[in-house]
Amino acid sequence: MWLVEARTVLGRARVRALLVVLAAVPVFLAVAVWRSGGPAAGNGPPFVDRVSHNAVFAALAALTVAMPFFIPLSIAVVAGDSIAGEASLGTLRYLLVQPAGRGRLLLAKAVVLALFCVVAAIDIVVVGLIAGVVLFPHGAVVTVSGTTVSFLDGVGRSLIAALVVGASMFGLASIGLFVSTISDVPIAVMAVTVGLVIVSGILDSVSEVSFLHPWLFTNYWTAFYDLARAPVYWHNIWKDLVLQAGYVAVFGAAAWARMTSRDVLA
Amino acid sequence: MSGDTAGIAVHTSFAIETSGLAKHFGHFPAVDGIDLAVPSGSTYGFLGPNGSGKTTTIRVLLGLIGPTAGTWSLLGQPMPERAMSTLPHVGALVEGPAFYPWLSGQDNLARFDAMGRGGRSSTRAGRISEALARVGLTAAAKKKYKAYSLGMRQRLGLALALLVPRQLLVLDEPTNGMDPQGTREIRHLVRQLGAEGTTVFLSSHLLSEVEQICSHVGVMHRGKLLMQGTLDDLRANANPKLRVETDDPARAAAVLTRMGIADLERQDAQVVGTLDGVLPEDCCRALVEAGIGVRMLVKEQVSLEDAFVAITGEGFDVAG
Repeated sequence: MWLVEARTVLGRARVRALLVVLAAVPVFLAVAVWRSGGPAAGNGPPFVDRVSHNAVFAALAALTVAMPFFIPLSIAVVAGDSIAGEASLGTLRYLLVQPAGRGRLLLAKAVVLALFCVVAAIDIVVVGLIAGVVLFPHGAVVTVSGTTVSFLDGVGRSLIAALVVGASMFGLASIGLFVSTISDVPIAVMAVTVGLVIVSGILDSVSEVSFLHPWLFTNYWTAFYDLARAPVYWHNIWKDLVLQAGYVAVFGAAAWARMTSRDVLA
Repeated sequence: MSGDTAGIAVHTSFAIETSGLAKHFGHFPAVDGIDLAVPSGSTYGFLGPNGSGKTTTIRVLLGLIGPTAGTWSLLGQPMPERAMSTLPHVGALVEGPAFYPWLSGQDNLARFDAMGRGGRSSTRAGRISEALARVGLTAAAKKKYKAYSLGMRQRLGLALALLVPRQLLVLDEPTNGMDPQGTREIRHLVRQLGAEGTTVFLSSHLLSEVEQICSHVGVMHRGKLLMQGTLDDLRANANPKLRVETDDPARAAAVLTRMGIADLERQDAQVVGTLDGVLPEDCCRALVEAGIGVRMLVKEQVSLEDAFVAITGEGFDVAG
């Protein structure tokens, strides 16, 4: 069932287009840096000033640039389609009479949404590494801490960064999934989900509500930067993963409660 | 994951049974305490105008919406507790077909089959082509659903309901949007399924459709089940009419009034009235004995529409 669901979601033209758009981020970034030489050291978004030094940074810089908006947006689109999309097509009622089972169906949707989060991040990193290898040096990597690691180590770190970024999206994905169980309109789910990313981002930048910051799902989204240190500083990454797990538990339970009790009228 | 299709034993004479089943939307009672009893093996016409609560009832029966009150069972199994083990034996078409526009007909069926518990994956391809052949869609199997006409979509919906052998088929307006040829084919198919022993619960607002293919009928009106039984039971609810043509309509009317014929009406040389339990042969004798020349005397067959009007007290219009 999960496999069929994954094939249906990832095989959809809309989702493939999202992955192409995400893959375009590292390509544009790498080409822009290659043509202009990139910003001076210490300028621009994190890692962008290092892209011309090593291919690994093309991947990490692309992840940094795509993190605040492109990745959340694509997750919001897929979340909107997950339950609300089935409801708007009317296919939800036929899935339920098959019977797919309400809890079972929700679980399949959640697993595939989580898979998409990871696939989206890996998509960016892999394309970023390829673009980087084509355009920039790909030898030993000088880390942010000033130490040097092998290129293979750098590649491994960027792949772990993709996994961390994917997992950082689980909180948002579970919120999107919950909203999707409430609505029959996928675009409304997408708008609410993206809106919450913006609200969380704004709150995160207002120091008057700093007591809220550790609870905001966007708060540790940049924790993966620490993977570019050597040795890796794991503290914030763990905090992020624990926070995301909390969001998954709360909104997953809410989605479950809603899904197993809702009247399917669409 | 595919479940087992082995049949569940039916320890009941009713494929669908409800007790005081009700569904309110706010204060509006869409379904208002109905007691359905659909005999196993019957083809049951669930009749009622648009807005009378048929589709809401079907949604409750299939577990898509929760009832406000009442209990129900499908194939003798209490619902919704046994939904996961019972629904694989129930094929359904609810409020029109709904599929993924970007998938082909056969890919749509494969997805639903794989997401449910009805059929084994090893037999899937064979079952899909069989179901598509049965509804006449073989030629369009690989076409995208979005390119299907309304009638083809309806056929695909039926194919989904027939993907595994079912004990009960719940079909909500199955001939909606089909051309006359398609309508005939679908009615033939439903009759055939009924003959194979499948219980068919068919909702319709078309009296003629129910009259043609159903053995049993239930009449919904404003959320209430006004009657259910065999087609003859339904007809018995309406009073047959007596139509007489004589050489002296005025005197004939007087004689018939004395006999107890109600609602008398003059139509040129003919007089029409409601028999109301009076035997037509007694009327004939009385007319002849009164010296009236009887040219024609008929007990008119009751149409289902007359019966329906007799039960609901009004025409076959959308309920407000």
